[in-house]
Amino acid sequence: MAIEVRIPTILRTYTGGEKAVSGEGANLSALIEDLEAHHSGIKDRLVENGELRRFVNVYINDEDVRFMGGLEAPLSDGDQVVVLPAVAGG
Amino acid sequence: MLTIDQATYDGIVAHAKRDHPDEACGVVAGPEGSDRPERLVEMVNAAGSPTFYEFDSTDLLRLYREMDDRDEEPVVIYHSHTATEAYPSTTDIGLAMEPNAHYVLVSTREHGNNEGPVEFRSYRIIDGEVTEEEVSVVASLPAS
Repeated sequence: MAIEVRIPTILRTYTGGEKAVSGEGANLSALIEDLEAHHSGIKDRLVENGELRRFVNVYINDEDVRFMGGLEAPLSDGDQVVVLPAVAGG
Repeated sequence: MLTIDQATYDGIVAHAKRDHPDEACGVVAGPEGSDRPERLVEMVNAAGSPTFYEFDSTDLLRLYREMDDRDEEPVVIYHSHTATEAYPSTTDIGLAMEPNAHYVLVSTREHGNNEGPVEFRSYRIIDGEVTEEEVSVVASLPAS
């Protein structure tokens, strides 16, 4: 099962500069574990205390996963996942 | 150094004044790797706050898809401070996630919505380290 994951500039240090990588998993949590297995360190940039980090946005087929169950959001073959750090500040 | 054209500079300042006392935010996109801020994109501050800004998550995705389609990147990421100086806050530094961007801060604390000069300053923020840089405002960007 292949899922395309778009990687933002700041996290490309973990993917050897690649803008997109392929992963697999039945839900977002499993996908992140799979990414971590191939791109060590990336999980910590996405997940904190078992939750998606507040200032990281993840989209499945253009929908924000916060409205799809967060890390439990289901994935299917051919889905596209986009990771974008929030643009935010004080 | 940030080199920016007068019209874009004026657009950022006008946006900051208009949204005062809330923080205004947006980007100036440009061709990838060019360091040319060419296309001003005003964003909605989803936080609608005088002390915080955040791009709406749907708008953020749309913006990045659009830049991707046009082979652009965010050359400038700007926001305003409405009661404090135009210097990155601890929050700004902690959340700065675009190592290639010029982070522009505008302060509207002196004149608010009214006419009058503003502080307009630019920074690189990489791995929590802030480096201020010179801002050069030109009539128009040199031919690429």
